[in-house]
Amino acid sequence: MTTEQLHEVRLHVNGSVHEVRVPARRLLSDALRHDCGLTGTHVGCEHGVCGACTVLVDGAPMRSCLMLAVSAVDAEITTVEGLTEEDGSLSPVQQAFSDCHGLQCGFCTPGFLTTITAGLRETPDPTEDEAREMIAGNLCRCTGYQNIVKSVLRAREIQAEIQGERSRS
Amino acid sequence: MTTKMFGAKVPRVEDQRFLRGQGRYVDDLLTDDPRLLHSAVLRSPHAHARIVDIDVSDVLDVEGVVAVWTWDDLTGPMAEPLPLLIPHPALTHGRTQYALAKDEVNYVGEAIAFVVAVDRYVAEDAVSRIRVDYEYLEPVVGIPAARAAKHAVHADVPDNVGARMEQENGDARAAIAAAPHVLTLDLDVERSACTPMEGRGTVARWDPDTSRLTVWSSTQTSTGVRGCVAAKLGLDLAKVDVVTPDVGGGFGVKINHPWPEELLVPLAAMTLGRPVKFTEDRREHFISSAHERAQHHHVEVGFDDDGRVLGLDVEFWHDHGAYTPYGLIVPIITSTQLLGPYKPANYRVAFESLYTNTVIVTPYRGAGRPQGCFVMERTMDAISTYLGKDRTEVRATNFIQPDEFPYEHGLVFQDGRELTYDSGDYPASLVKLKELVGWDEFEEFRAEMAAQGRKVGIGLACYVEGTGVGPYEGAHVHIETSGRVKVATGLTTQGQGHQTAFAQIVADTLGVRFEDVEITTGDTRRMPYAVGTFASRAAVMSGSAIHLAALRAKEKALRIAAEALEASEDDLEIADGVVSVRGTDASIDLGTVAVLSNPLRYAFDEASKAATQFSIGDPGKPPVAEDDEPGLEGKDFYSPPRSTFANGMHAVIVETDPDTAEIRILKYAVVHDCGNLINPMIVEGQIHGGVAQGVGGALYERMAYDESGQLLNASFMDFLMPYATEVPTSIDIDHLETPSPLNPLGIKGAGEAGVIPSAAVFAAAIEDAEGFPITSMPISPSELFELRLAHADEPHPTV
Repeated sequence: MTTEQLHEVRLHVNGSVHEVRVPARRLLSDALRHDCGLTGTHVGCEHGVCGACTVLVDGAPMRSCLMLAVSAVDAEITTVEGLTEEDGSLSPVQQAFSDCHGLQCGFCTPGFLTTITAGLRETPDPTEDEAREMIAGNLCRCTGYQNIVKSVLRAREIQAEIQGERSRS
Repeated sequence: MTTKMFGAKVPRVEDQRFLRGQGRYVDDLLTDDPRLLHSAVLRSPHAHARIVDIDVSDVLDVEGVVAVWTWDDLTGPMAEPLPLLIPHPALTHGRTQYALAKDEVNYVGEAIAFVVAVDRYVAEDAVSRIRVDYEYLEPVVGIPAARAAKHAVHADVPDNVGARMEQENGDARAAIAAAPHVLTLDLDVERSACTPMEGRGTVARWDPDTSRLTVWSSTQTSTGVRGCVAAKLGLDLAKVDVVTPDVGGGFGVKINHPWPEELLVPLAAMTLGRPVKFTEDRREHFISSAHERAQHHHVEVGFDDDGRVLGLDVEFWHDHGAYTPYGLIVPIITSTQLLGPYKPANYRVAFESLYTNTVIVTPYRGAGRPQGCFVMERTMDAISTYLGKDRTEVRATNFIQPDEFPYEHGLVFQDGRELTYDSGDYPASLVKLKELVGWDEFEEFRAEMAAQGRKVGIGLACYVEGTGVGPYEGAHVHIETSGRVKVATGLTTQGQGHQTAFAQIVADTLGVRFEDVEITTGDTRRMPYAVGTFASRAAVMSGSAIHLAALRAKEKALRIAAEALEASEDDLEIADGVVSVRGTDASIDLGTVAVLSNPLRYAFDEASKAATQFSIGDPGKPPVAEDDEPGLEGKDFYSPPRSTFANGMHAVIVETDPDTAEIRILKYAVVHDCGNLINPMIVEGQIHGGVAQGVGGALYERMAYDESGQLLNASFMDFLMPYATEVPTSIDIDHLETPSPLNPLGIKGAGEAGVIPSAAVFAAAIEDAEGFPITSMPISPSELFELRLAHADEPHPTV
């Protein structure tokens, strides 16, 4: 069999540049995990249904199992590893999951965190129904989702607290 | 004073790494090792066929392929069938598959060949180039086909029957014959599966320098995998370490072991001298892991005018798939746990465990209990309807009363022990549930809804769950000279928050800061004696073992501290990691006690100087006394005489759309009694998740096999797992805490409870809304629609 052609790909992930050599068929999820070593992005179905592999591509949630690494060259990618604050503390969405017991085994969690991070940018003050809608494309087998919906609302609360503090200072 | 941690909603310590993307699941391991190889499996595309020939000659031409195995390449124990993990005298025709199929395949998905290559893409390319000649055999799919036995799954198993088993307490048939009223029911439950978000996976590395094999597996039993790997590969147990990293959900499927890949990966790693990884993909999980639930039941029940069950006779047929690696655990649990909180005067149960050409069946959260609960609760509802009595009243008439514990059912449970309930208060639970769901106000609500042209129904279901089965778990507690406490227990973790709940126990028992306790689970290097995480047993078994081990460490700490402080042990207390003499300023840190516990020749830091030979000890005595050992450690095991029985009751109000037959959940209530709660937040999380899984099992999920044995919905696109939009928006939960007398902490298991009554409670509520019997679950809107058409001409029953 002929040798598979490799492509030099420059991926911008969480503010860093990763130079990887991958075949054209390499999924972005696999490139992130195996070539960039960013194993926080998880693969749950590889057919775009479960949402565990969701990353932000230029700020928008994207199933990284439905995207090829070679097509991500010009994009700014954010994975779960890139969600924490600059000082290393948890982001409001991450903190909310801890506060509300929004995770159990943790496998689907990165996809929820990225999805909600983008969702709250679009809908900064969601109602409970909007919070549920925000996460309605991601599967979780552990939590039953009630505490994830709570986490979305709690994240909104934490963001408001932070904004309040900033405006005071 | 240290705050009591047991019973508090302590945030989980494991969340920090999960939220930062720093969890380490099996597919995350060794990703930076350039020598790592990946594997893929050729799986049978046919449900039943003889293998005539396998041609792998094209495979090694694929660039990047390193090796390929078929059964012909296996030797010694690896060429023998996989173990039958739980033998039982009634399992007269147990069969297990080979790591790679020999001569015959018996389900779509059965492993035939194993390819190792530089990456998974290449390994899959290679798999597609393997050519197999099959001679097709007639497949047996579904319970009716298995019972008809027109064709055999295994030529040497007559009538497709793997096992027949019967138990009886009293004389059920005579009691039914003499009863004032008799009802007969036929009740079916379909196949479903655990489907954790992370599938199976195994990584192995053989270290030639130390002649040791390390296996990381996404399993619910490290010690089980270790035993199997050592036996199959012909290695001494001491040469094999099995580590369970973070696991992305189990729900039962990962208790079965060894999976073919759990043996083939270590074999390949040893043979090739390079680390090897297998990561199951989603389709593989559907067709080559395990399913559960499919059973048909026939019930005859005799009862008096109050609805008191005088005789109950149940026969059922259990579809165990193509092989029986996990024995008869699921049908035995159905046959015993069917009884729930009730005490039928006479009970007989008989089942047949049947072969079909489908994926194997092993326990899925609830493990036979959802079916048993469905059978018993449908029976209670049928009696109530027949007598025109309130459904809660008939149940209350049949309850075991609080003063009847321990209650002996006169049957043998899944662990080979007597089925004896330890404690519970079912009448109190029912009072709570009725209040929580608004049972007595429901008719008002129904009328209100009816006035708006809306159709609603209410249902309830009760269950008892044997939790914390033996044989044992153990724990090791080590207080380091830093004062930090390292604890190891052997069973594994799949999201239950063990690192938090177990640390809460240690903090209280030992009197140390919660933050100073670190829990390790599922690592045979740290605790080689263990069983596994299943049957809602982790908190009961390892929680108790950890408590006992911490007590041992505490005893030793007090003894050494008493000597150092020249005080009586009785006057000492430990809080926040400091031992002090009550009512005085005299105190000593546990870390310093740890230093004193280990007489040293060599100092390696400031703390250890205090333990060197010129610093401590009576020069006239041996530095370590004859009956003592160095180090501030405690180790102990917990092995109860029998299981402890948790219980609960669920109620649901549903609305069924008059036109589309869509089923909506309006209210869901849970009363739950798992004894003393270690961490109520975690317990409620378990209930939430269980209920969601139950909703899936009751209304959405099924395994759609066609008659040729092809699984038509082997993807998340087609197997309808609930999203946030399908589950109750909130669940009203109330706890009763009836402590177990069987363990030192009074705890009972909680993990499976949420899923057990789902099929029963939804069937009851839908039946209540529609006015005709619901006898088969799951139920979809289209099925409900068909039922409406079938019952259109019947008069509405009077309830």
